[in-house]
Amino acid sequence: MSGRAGIVIVGASLAGLRGAEALRRGGYEGPLTLVGDEPYRPYDRPPLSKHVLAGELAADATALPQLLPLRARWRLGSPATGLDRNAKIVRLADGSSLAYDTLLVATGARARRWPGEAEFAGIFTIRGRDEAADLRAALARDPRSVLIVGGGLIGCEAASCCRDLGLPVTLVDPNPTPLARALGTLVGGTLAARMRAAGVDLRPGTQVRALEGEAGQVCRARLADGGSIAADLVIVALGAVRDTGWLSEGGLAADAGGLTCDGACRALTRMGVPDPNIFAAGDVARWPNPLYGGRLIAVEHWGNAVEQAAHAARNMLNPADPQPYAHLPAFWSSQFGLNIKMVGLADGADSVAIVQGSRAAGRFLAVYGREGRTIAAVSFDEARWLPAYAERIAAGAAFPPIHDATDQPAIETRPPGFPPPRPFPASRGRVPEAAHA
Amino acid sequence: MPEDALFAEVLDPGNRADPYPIYARLRRTPVARQRDGAYVVSTHAAIRSLLFDPRLSSEDLPPSRRPRTGNPLKDWLLNPIRNRVANAHRPLIFRDPPEHDTLRGFVMSEFTIARVNGLHGRVAALVDGLIEACRGRDTVCLVDDLSYPLPVAVICDLLGVPEQDEPQFHAWATRLATALEPDARRDEEARRETVATFDAIADYMRALIRRKRRQPGDDMLSGLARRDRPGMGEVDLIATAVLLLVAGHETTVNLITNGMLTLLRHPDELGRLRADPERAPQVIEELLRYEPPVHFRTRKALGDIAVAGTTIPKGAPIVLLFAAGNRDPERFPEPDRFDPDRTDIQHFGFGGGLHYCVGAPLARIEAEIALVALCRRLRDPRLLADPPPYRPGASLRGPENLGIRIGGIL
Ligand SMILES: Cc1cc2nc3c(=O)[nH]c(=O)nc-3n(C[C@H](O)[C@H](O)[C@H](O)COP(=O)(O)OP(=O)(O)OC[C@H]3O[C@@H](n4cnc5c(N)ncnc54)[C@H](O)[C@@H]3O)c2cc1C
Ligand code: HEM
Repeated sequence: MSGRAGIVIVGASLAGLRGAEALRRGGYEGPLTLVGDEPYRPYDRPPLSKHVLAGELAADATALPQLLPLRARWRLGSPATGLDRNAKIVRLADGSSLAYDTLLVATGARARRWPGEAEFAGIFTIRGRDEAADLRAALARDPRSVLIVGGGLIGCEAASCCRDLGLPVTLVDPNPTPLARALGTLVGGTLAARMRAAGVDLRPGTQVRALEGEAGQVCRARLADGGSIAADLVIVALGAVRDTGWLSEGGLAADAGGLTCDGACRALTRMGVPDPNIFAAGDVARWPNPLYGGRLIAVEHWGNAVEQAAHAARNMLNPADPQPYAHLPAFWSSQFGLNIKMVGLADGADSVAIVQGSRAAGRFLAVYGREGRTIAAVSFDEARWLPAYAERIAAGAAFPPIHDATDQPAIETRPPGFPPPRPFPASRGRVPEAAHA
Repeated sequence: MPEDALFAEVLDPGNRADPYPIYARLRRTPVARQRDGAYVVSTHAAIRSLLFDPRLSSEDLPPSRRPRTGNPLKDWLLNPIRNRVANAHRPLIFRDPPEHDTLRGFVMSEFTIARVNGLHGRVAALVDGLIEACRGRDTVCLVDDLSYPLPVAVICDLLGVPEQDEPQFHAWATRLATALEPDARRDEEARRETVATFDAIADYMRALIRRKRRQPGDDMLSGLARRDRPGMGEVDLIATAVLLLVAGHETTVNLITNGMLTLLRHPDELGRLRADPERAPQVIEELLRYEPPVHFRTRKALGDIAVAGTTIPKGAPIVLLFAAGNRDPERFPEPDRFDPDRTDIQHFGFGGGLHYCVGAPLARIEAEIALVALCRRLRDPRLLADPPPYRPGASLRGPENLGIRIGGIL
């Protein structure tokens, strides 16, 4: 590990930063370089679709705290453009190249853009802080009506902010409810009701076919069901595409769905063998998760970026003793006055049960089962018991895992209502198997 | 001593001064069944896991049964009615969700940071007065002189009890002090006294609430008594007010007294705190771990619960031995060392999970101000007896009194 080139981390955001810190904490003293596409020091993304859009926090006030001195070289604003595994170098956009002994790939993902040909003003995505700042500025200029394309986490959070700002909002999603892929339609239906009560014009079960503009400014969306919606501001929230383009020449198993790793966070080559010198962590990584039967999963959540980066760092420093990464995915979201928290992956569930509280009261905890085992749980304003359920999901407990709880309704098991997998209409190429997209 | 009798040892007043070796033995079996069928949980991990388990009920008290008065009308007619009311309107510390949450929500909405911080000056003035009153003496009896009177005065202020009624409150608080002890309901005579005190305080509160409704002040009781609080009727309101008095009393007494005792046993730490009052928050947190005022709380299992290799059967009483978890070597390096410089200090001093202490910020302020003042103003303080005499309670554990010889007041 103590070669002269040292460790290079590509992607200077959450996973990159926390990985670097874990390396130093783990006793690594050699050279350390962080390469970042964006010109900024690492910052936090979750506030971008929440406090920043709401105007409560400036986009440039989201810097991530650095938890210990890194003694690192920062190459910000110069994206990596290529990888040569034989020479063990990373090429940068400014024409220079960087040698590495060990490489950590942490290039995350970027927002999927609107694929239409026409480019109009007034169409936004949210991934980086510049995008969030631009969108915030546009929202502050009092658009007449906002259209949100996509009812995933970011689309829903954006809708919530827009309603708080008093803006008319329409949200279009091909599924029967928002968050249908992450939560199923039974639970998603609760959110739909909440959104409608907050004044969102929710259009489920249809999709935007085309965006039209006038004088270079977007003005209307045409829907697949024949209708149209007037909108002078459009937020495209169609999920993320993994940033793996720069790896295409490197012979690694990488595509828009991520960089495939083995269980120990080591990148796999196209031949399916791990490259002992290349690791990956965060949104970009796709790995076989032992908690889900070794299925390849990619997780786009904050907690995973932190934990996986630390795990990869640990394995980088102990190449003789690689440990498998058995992460229980988890995320939170705040929208429409709700605190939503989830542990585990619910897609693939065959049943769901409300085990605490009630949907009618708007406060509940639902667990998901598959073939008699508990695989996930979600809470709406009822997060305090979630740790107990997380423990049971990790242990593969029977479904439903907890009987006889206080304030437990008669447990009733129902189909969760996951939409059948189908290729996203607007996208070409394969849809990544992600925790939520 | 057999394993299944260790908790009886904990309860034995003879072990009050130093229960920690028994806790260490209990931790060998993280969840230990006792002869009486109770399960004692003593490791940090197991306690933590159970605090977040929805199958633990706090409604573990036996139904309340008022003692006989000898008056047939009261015994046959009135008592059963009052029992039913008391059982249906237990204070929130003995309630489960969803009612617990409603009641707690109301309390939290009134227990604001601003209101607690606003008490700072009042606490400082009280502490100053109590210490000043010791001038000219060569010994301080810490419990009587300061730890005891302070919390009642503060809670009266918080609730908005008029100043002239405070002495009455002190008397009630003293008699109710042990009401939260798990075995408080055993002795018939004690029960009679407790019930009589509850009745008296409830009558007083009822009248006070009416006054607050007519003429609301900016105190907490006025806030709680607002009529727009569905789920909090008058009986609940009274129960809540009494709980605030009881829960915040003996506990705070213990924290201040244990605190001074510990500092006197670690004179270097006492010196450091005197020189640098900014250390107070760290000292208090470590105290809450090292000598917590509440050693354990009880629960009931609503279902079979598998934890740390043991299955607690449905219906079994559970003892969460917070003070043992606080000294778990698996969680804290050198757990038996008093070290305010610890950085990782997740103690159970205020419990955890659903019933986490609502008064924690207030308790911290009271203890900080009191301990800093004691360290700075008592000249040459020395313990008169070590260990000091303890009150019999095993859960709310603390010295009966703490004699300190002093060279004067600064
Ligand atoms: C708006 C928004 C809200 C979110 N809210 C939540 C939430 O509430 N809860 C939750 O759990 N998660 C949330 N997330 C997800 C969470 O932020 C991500 O999981 C996390 O940022 C992943 O970190 P990462 O470092 O793996 O990737 P990223 O944060 O995407 O960072 C990758 C970095 O690599 C850089 N990069 C890309 N290509 C190159 C290259 N070729 N060369 C050099 N650098 C490159 C990128 O510019 C970027 O800075 C949210 C995400 C977004 C966008
Ligand atoms: C040092 C002082 C204090 C300590 C150590 C302490 C400790 C605790 C503990 C351990 C619990 C949890 C009980 C359980 O889990 O069963 C608790 C609950 C509680 N405390 Fe405190 N406490 C202190 C001071 C106060 C004060 C000053 C008040 C109020 C003025 C207060 C009010 C309460 C209330 C109302 C509860 C019940 C909360 C609920 O059930 O949700 N406490 N306290």
